[in-house]
Amino acid sequence: MTQLKNPSRRKFLQTSAATGGALVIGVSLSSVMGEAQAATDSAMNAWVRVGSDNTVTILVDRSEMGQGVVMALPMLVAEELEVDLNKVKVEFAPPGEMYINAMLGGQITGGSTSVRDGWEKLRVAGAKARVMLTEAAAQKWGVSASDCKAANGMVTCKGKKATYGSLAEAASKLTPPKEVALKDPSKWRYVGKPLHRLDTPGKITGKTQFGIDTKLPGMLYAALAQCPVIGGKATAVDDAKAKSMPGVKHVVKVTDGVAVVADSWWQAKQARDALNITWDEGPMKGLSSEGVFKQLADAMAKPGASIKQQGNVDDAMKGAAKTVEATYQMPFLSHSPMEPMNFTADVKKDSALLIGSIQFQQAALGIASAMTKLKPEQITIKTTFLGGGFGRRIDLDYMMQAVEISMAVGAPVKLVWTREDDVTHDFYRPASLHRLSAGLDSGGKPVAISHKMSSPSITSRLFPPVVKDGVDPFMAEAIVVPYDIANQSVHTVIHEPGLRVGYLRSVSHALNVFANESFVDEMAAAAGKDPVEFRLAMLGKQPRHANVLKIAAEKAGWGKPLPKGHARGVALMEGYETYMAQVAEVSVQGGDIKVHRVTVAVDLGRMVNPNIVQQQLESNIVFGLTALLYGDITLKDGRVQQTNFDTYKLLRINEMPKIDMHIVKSTEKPGGIGEPGMALISPAVANAVFTLTGKRLRQMPLRVA
Amino acid sequence: MARLNINGKTHNVDVDPSTPLLWAIRDTVGMTGTKFGCGAQLCGACTVHLDGKPVRSCGTPVSAAEGKKITTIEGIGATPVGKKVQAAWAALDVPQCGYCQSGQIMSATALLTEKPKPTDADIDNAMAGNICRCGTYPRIRAAIHKAAKGA
Repeated sequence: MTQLKNPSRRKFLQTSAATGGALVIGVSLSSVMGEAQAATDSAMNAWVRVGSDNTVTILVDRSEMGQGVVMALPMLVAEELEVDLNKVKVEFAPPGEMYINAMLGGQITGGSTSVRDGWEKLRVAGAKARVMLTEAAAQKWGVSASDCKAANGMVTCKGKKATYGSLAEAASKLTPPKEVALKDPSKWRYVGKPLHRLDTPGKITGKTQFGIDTKLPGMLYAALAQCPVIGGKATAVDDAKAKSMPGVKHVVKVTDGVAVVADSWWQAKQARDALNITWDEGPMKGLSSEGVFKQLADAMAKPGASIKQQGNVDDAMKGAAKTVEATYQMPFLSHSPMEPMNFTADVKKDSALLIGSIQFQQAALGIASAMTKLKPEQITIKTTFLGGGFGRRIDLDYMMQAVEISMAVGAPVKLVWTREDDVTHDFYRPASLHRLSAGLDSGGKPVAISHKMSSPSITSRLFPPVVKDGVDPFMAEAIVVPYDIANQSVHTVIHEPGLRVGYLRSVSHALNVFANESFVDEMAAAAGKDPVEFRLAMLGKQPRHANVLKIAAEKAGWGKPLPKGHARGVALMEGYETYMAQVAEVSVQGGDIKVHRVTVAVDLGRMVNPNIVQQQLESNIVFGLTALLYGDITLKDGRVQQTNFDTYKLLRINEMPKIDMHIVKSTEKPGGIGEPGMALISPAVANAVFTLTGKRLRQMPLRVA
Repeated sequence: MARLNINGKTHNVDVDPSTPLLWAIRDTVGMTGTKFGCGAQLCGACTVHLDGKPVRSCGTPVSAAEGKKITTIEGIGATPVGKKVQAAWAALDVPQCGYCQSGQIMSATALLTEKPKPTDADIDNAMAGNICRCGTYPRIRAAIHKAAKGA
């Protein structure tokens, strides 16, 4: 997701939380904090607690879904707090106004913003806590704080020493300093170091608790039958057989379908499958993929919203020696995190306990409060580790279902979806169409480019006030090319065919960059120029783009001979304030595309933890290859046709290319790294396939046969 | 009532014998390290060992596990190969979200027990049944080679 500079979104989210399009309610969160702390714990601020037993707890206000915030964010705090990271306790923060992501306007994990948002804020939080602890020691000893030194969880001064734990209570009563000086980067002990992740031991021994591992005393298990056509409702239920099955306690009709609640999940699931439900299939009844793309093509006739106008594209095209035109098509995609959607809710008369894997704590609290009529301070929300998220868990339909079921049966309930529920009831990455045209002069130099795309708008559903003058900023990411072309025109057209859509890793970057970077290669081919040289000639004003492109080309051996039947393709992008180029080496074997090697060059400014950066680069290539080779959610009669990993394939280890990573040493401020990589692999591979076969593939997933 | 031997300890579980072993382990015995991913033996997240052989517990009825030695992620560290695998996983920071890693480690341990020096092709064969959506594959491969070297 792009950075939202629009202040109205922040304001909107502070006063309301919306999801599912149904609930918009007011929440004040300030009263929620400061509770549930152990008696011996003293809060220095929202991110640091120090116990009288010297336990330092750092609160992580973003969701850990693999991307490493549970390590990277505490590294920032600990750096300035002067504590041993290995002895720190980490907790996931509850919903709270102080935890709002300033780049997104809500307590959301997304948009590759966690480090960018926390980069200064979290170091300042650590520094302020350290200053308060030091001041407490100085007051205790009657010395000047400037004579004291804080290191390794201890304040020392002229032979005296005191642990943070012994100072915590006094320190917590001091007024936090307004300004603090941050360490010079040359003094960093943690930041920038490729440290081992502290969450690894739990994850290799089965101890890490994900949402699905939640267990509460007296908890029942639920399985939910949802209409095979999303948005449909149950009109009649024959539950006679289900109710007679072992372990079944309740069958309840809820907003999204019919839930079976039983002593075990397997019993609930078996009984759910025995329900006989009559559905009203709702507004999406009869919709097909063909219909979706026909609608998107028709929408292209609308003028759409202008994203960029520079010069005069029409005139330049008329005067061009050569013109190029192409249309690209992207399918719907499912998030398919490995942990299926699930949630545990225990709603009582005067309190509620909600536990699960979520990416949007603030909305969770607001929605739960509206549903239960409980005050926010009566509701406890605990975020667990997430078994993948990729944007799926920003939408909280599964939480709402669990809350509703718990309220209906008056007991703690864990709702678990099957994989089939998950694939068929996602909020899908939008399908899109992209029409591009360009004009070249007689020397092959581009003089004009235009790009018009149409797709459903996620933001119109989730955060409607953010969409202004028909512009959904999350449709227009990276749609403007970085190249120096005199005449440019870019438009987006919002059209809703009916299937619900959601933010999926790299969001519209992946759509727009597949089109742009494939098309720039088509322009280079029309100009008879080398794709790398062609791009570099237009990057005179973009040194960071040019640099990563040169590095990737050089390290990949661009222009050097390859084994017979292999070819290279290149792609370039800035996204999330990160500059990246990828070169893919590809062959085609019996109609299948095989990716042998991917060379990545990236400039993301300063890094908190290069080990996690490398993980994310690897991760993005796998995620992007899945989309490129397999990703295709199709509709027939309103139903999503893919159901499990046999029909919705994910990349496996035997299909994995070699990855060479080259990270530019930089002192620029950090860019995001959780998402940009996946957007580039698709055009890089498509461009390689073109070089190899002469066939231009303009539709994802790529199919050569 | 079925008697299950899990990690050397006997558990009496009161479930229908057709219940998948996965749910008996997770919900009845209460050991949650073994994960539910697909319920159709397609992703490998639920992999456990029966008498040392890897099986998908989502597709193995409790009745088929009775009388056998069941090993889960919670017990695999007590075996010499499992311990080496976990050490290699930690040294190379394999996990990201971590959800599939129990199954990955169970499959890798079975592979290394059978073939102490696996080739890349052996790794492909043994590990292709385990999906990782985060894409930890390069590190899984490297960690298996590292464990094979005894490190």
